[in-house]
Amino acid sequence: MANGILVVGEVRGGALKGITKEIVTAANALSQAGGGPVSLALLGDDAAAAANQARSLSVARVLVARHAELAQYSSQAFAAALQAALTASGARLVLFGATAMGRDLSARAAARCDASLFTDCTEISLTGGNLRVKRPVYSGKVYVELESTAAVQMASIRPNVFPPATGSGSAEVVEVEVAIDAASIRGRVKEVVRTAHGAKDLTESEIIVSGGRSLKSADNFAILKALADVLGATVGASRAAVDAGYAPHSMQVGQTGKVVNPKLYIAVGISGAIQHLVGMRTSKVIVAINKDANAPIFQKADYGIAGDLFEVVPKLTEEFRALLGAHA
Amino acid sequence: MKIVVLVKSVPDTESKIKIAGDGTSIDGQGLKYIMNPYDEFAVEEALRIKERLKDDTTVVAVALGPDRVAEVLRTALAMGADDAIHVGDPAFEGGDAQANARVLAEVVRPLNPDLVLGGKQGIDTDSAQTCAALAEYLGMPQALIVNELTLADDHKSVTARRRVEGGDEIVVMTLPALVTAEKGLNEPRYASLPGIMKAKKKEIRKVTLADLPLKPEQVGAAGSKSKVVRYHNLPDRPPVKMITGDAGQQAKELARLLREEAKVI
Amino acid sequence: MQFILTEEQRLIQQTAREFADNEVAPVADRHDREGKFPLELVKKLGRMGFLGMLIPEAYGGTAAGNLCLVLALEELNRVCASTGVTVSVHNSLVSAPIVHWGSEEIKRKYLPKLSTGELLSAYALSEPGSGSDAAGLVTSAVRDGNDYVLNGTKNFITTGAEADVAIVMVRTDPSHKTRGITAFVLERDMKGYVIGKKEDKLGLRASSTVQLVFEDLRVPASQILGGEGMGFKIAMHTLDGGRIGIAAQAVGIAQACLDASIKYAEEREAFEQPIGKFQAIQWKLADMATRIEAARFLVYNAARLKDAGQPHGKEAAMAKLFASETANDAARDAVQIHGGAGYLEDFPVERHFRDARITEIYEGTSEIQRLVIARHLLKNLS
Repeated sequence: MANGILVVGEVRGGALKGITKEIVTAANALSQAGGGPVSLALLGDDAAAAANQARSLSVARVLVARHAELAQYSSQAFAAALQAALTASGARLVLFGATAMGRDLSARAAARCDASLFTDCTEISLTGGNLRVKRPVYSGKVYVELESTAAVQMASIRPNVFPPATGSGSAEVVEVEVAIDAASIRGRVKEVVRTAHGAKDLTESEIIVSGGRSLKSADNFAILKALADVLGATVGASRAAVDAGYAPHSMQVGQTGKVVNPKLYIAVGISGAIQHLVGMRTSKVIVAINKDANAPIFQKADYGIAGDLFEVVPKLTEEFRALLGAHA
Repeated sequence: MKIVVLVKSVPDTESKIKIAGDGTSIDGQGLKYIMNPYDEFAVEEALRIKERLKDDTTVVAVALGPDRVAEVLRTALAMGADDAIHVGDPAFEGGDAQANARVLAEVVRPLNPDLVLGGKQGIDTDSAQTCAALAEYLGMPQALIVNELTLADDHKSVTARRRVEGGDEIVVMTLPALVTAEKGLNEPRYASLPGIMKAKKKEIRKVTLADLPLKPEQVGAAGSKSKVVRYHNLPDRPPVKMITGDAGQQAKELARLLREEAKVI
Repeated sequence: MQFILTEEQRLIQQTAREFADNEVAPVADRHDREGKFPLELVKKLGRMGFLGMLIPEAYGGTAAGNLCLVLALEELNRVCASTGVTVSVHNSLVSAPIVHWGSEEIKRKYLPKLSTGELLSAYALSEPGSGSDAAGLVTSAVRDGNDYVLNGTKNFITTGAEADVAIVMVRTDPSHKTRGITAFVLERDMKGYVIGKKEDKLGLRASSTVQLVFEDLRVPASQILGGEGMGFKIAMHTLDGGRIGIAAQAVGIAQACLDASIKYAEEREAFEQPIGKFQAIQWKLADMATRIEAARFLVYNAARLKDAGQPHGKEAAMAKLFASETANDAARDAVQIHGGAGYLEDFPVERHFRDARITEIYEGTSEIQRLVIARHLLKNLS
C-alpha cells in the first residue's frame, strides 16, 4: 500500500531553495497527521549536487534522479523522472512549491501519474488519509476548500505559507533509475537569461509604498524608494504629494490617478481622503504610517503606526533588509 | 498550419462572487460571462501567426462548457477564427482539470493541430492545470505562461519566453506543441462589427459525449478526483491593529506581522 | 435586457463597452477639460465598423441596424458623451438620410467613406434665427444653370469643425414655408464653405460646435438629396431617427451617474457607516435605476420599430423626452449623493451633469417632443 509524502525539491546554484525547506515543513506536518514518511526528490544533476545539504533536513530519504535528458529542464523529462522517483519512494502524496518550475511540473506530472492536483494552496491538511486544502479562486475573491479522492494526491503550496524546516536529520540518499525516451522530448529550456525585471507599473504591482504631503519634498521620496527596493515594491503618491510637486502624476494613486490592487499597500504620511481611498481600497493588506493617530486612513488599514515617518520608515527598511536577506 | 485555441467562458472580473446557500457552489445568478482574459491573448496570437504566414493556416477555437460558451466561441470567430467547436454535454459538468483535458484531448487530437494555444489560467478556478494535462495526453511539449512566442522560419519549431524567478526562461519546442499565454504576449484586437456580422453566419460545431471514445465515468464529476468541501468568504477586515512602542519597536513588530501574520512579504 | 438581445447584439454591445472602458474612459476627462476632439478614437471606431451601422453592406457598411446602434451608443456615452454624439450624428443624421434619399451617385460617392470614418460628417438644420421653428430657416439656395448658389449661416453644428461632409437644409423656394426647403450634401472643400469658431459650451466640450457660413457657395444640383422641396420632410424624418440616438445618449449618461453614485455610496462614510446604508441615498438610487431602466426600454422599443420599418415618430419622441429628463435628474441626484465632492473636477459626475443638460435641448427640445407626441395622440384635431 503506497504511503508517504514526496517533496519535489528545487535548487539554485547548488543549494536548496528556501521554498523547498518550507515544503518540507508542510510535509512533516502531514506526516505527523499520519501521512507516512517524508522523502525529498532531487531531479537532474544540478539538483543532485544539493543531495548532501538535503541529507541534513528532517526527511527520511533523499531520492536523486540523474539522466542525460535532465540536463536542461523540460516538463516531459522531469515528469518522467518524478514518476520514477514517486514509484521508488512508495509515497502517495506529492508536494511542490508553487514556483515557476513547480507550477509547470506539477500540472504535467499529475496528468502523467493520474494523480489529483491542487495548485497554489494556502492551507493543507490530511483528513482520513486524503489531502484537504484551501486555495484562492475568482482572483482571490473567495477561497475553496477541496478534498482529494484519488489514489495518488499532489499539491503545490504558495511560498511563505510554511516556515522553512529547521530540524536536522541524516537521511539516506538513494539513486533512482530513470528511463526516458529521448526522442519523445521535443521541447526543453534552452537557457535562462538573468534579468532584473523592469520597474512594474503601479497597476500591476504586488507591493506598493505610497507617500503623501508629509514627505515634504521630492528628495524625501528616496526614503520610500529605499523601502520599496528592499521589498521589490513600486512607489506611489497621493494627489496632495503630486500637486505639491513631490512626485510626478504617473505615480498618483486615487480617483484622478491610478487604481491599484496590490497584496500590500503601505500608506506613508497619507491622511486617507476618499479620493485616495477609492484608488487602493481593494488592496489585500493596508498599512498606514502617519503622525496623526486620528487620520481617516487608520479606519481602512489593517496595521497602523502612529509615528514620525522619518524615523519609522528607515527602521522598517532595515528590518526588512535583515529579514529578506536571510532567505534566498 | 492548423492552430487550435482553447477558450473558456468565465464570470467577468468585476462580478461580485457570492457563495450559494449550501456553501458548496458559487451563486450563478446575475453573473455576467466573458471570454477568459488570458484566452484573448491566445486567440490574438493565433490570428497574428495566421496573418503573418499568409497561407492556408486555419485557426479553430474550442470551448468546453454549457450553452453560454457559444458566445465566447462567437467572439473568437468575430475576431477572425475560422472555425469553432462547442464541446458540451451534461456529462461533462463538474469535471476537474484532468477530466476536462481528457475530453478536450479526444476533440483536439483528430484535428491534428501544429500548435495548441490557451490562456495561462481561467480566472474562475485559477488552477492553471487543464492545458498542461492536455499537453500530456496529446504527447506534446509545453511552454506555460509565455510572454513572447516566435515561430521558426521553417515553421517546424517555436521559441517561447517566460518569466521565472530572477530571469526569463527561453524554451524551444518542435511542433506540434502547446503554449499558454500570459498577459503582455500581445495586444488582443477588438472584434470588429463586420467580423461580428460575418461570425453570425458561421456554424459552431457541437460535440457531445456520444461523439467521443470516452465512457461517462471518465468525464465530468464522475471522472474527477476531488470534491468541493466548502467555499469560504474572505474574512471581514478587523479593525486596525495599532502598533505601539518607539520607532524601532514599531518597525520590528510591523515587519514581523507582515511576514508571519499577514503573510504578504 | 439579456433575454431579448441576440448573441450578435450582445457581442456588439460588449465590444462597444470594452472599447469605451479601455480606450475612451482614460482620456474622457482630459478631452473635456481641454476641449479636444477625440479624433483618434473616432477614427478607430470607424475602422471597427461603428460609423457604418446604418449603411448597407453593399456600400461598405455593417448594416447592424438601429437596435445595435443604440446598444453601442449607450456604452460610448456612458464614458464620453462627446464621443457618443459624434457617432450618433454620423450614423443617424447623415448616413441614414443618404441611404434613404441619396441618388445612386451620391450613395456611391459618400457611403463607403462614411462607413469607415474616412469622412467625418455633420448635420446642419438650425440657424441663428431658427431652432425649434426649423422651417423658419432662411439660408438660401438660388438656382443658376445646373448649380445652386447658397448663402446663409447655420448654427450649433455638431462636429462642424471636423466634418468633411455635411447635410444642409436650405431654402430653395421662399414662397412655401415647409415645401420650399431642400437638402444638399456639401463638402468642406467647396469654395464658400466657411467653418466658424468653436463655441464655448457648458458640456460636451470635446465635441466641436460651430457656425457654418455659406458665402456664394456653388453646388451642383446632383448633390440634392431626394428632390427639390423634400428637405423639410427629410429633416423631420431624419430627426426621428436621430432623437433615438440622443435618447440612447441620455440613458448612457444616466447610467454613468448611477454607477458612480453606487460606488460612492459604498465608499463614503458618514456617521460611522457607508452612506449607502441611509434610506435617503437608497431611495435616490432606486428611483434613478428604475427610471433608467424604463428609459432604456423606450429607446429599445423605438429602435426596434425603426428597424422593422414601422412608424416610430411618437415612440422616438417619447424615448428622447423621458430619457433626457431622466439623465438630468440622475445627474442632479448623483452630484447630490457625492456631496461637496460632486462639485469637483475630481469626480466624473460634474461632467455628466454638464453633458446631460443638452439632451433636453438639441435634436428637438423637450417642448417640441411633447408637441410631437400630442400631435400623434390628437390625430383628429389634424
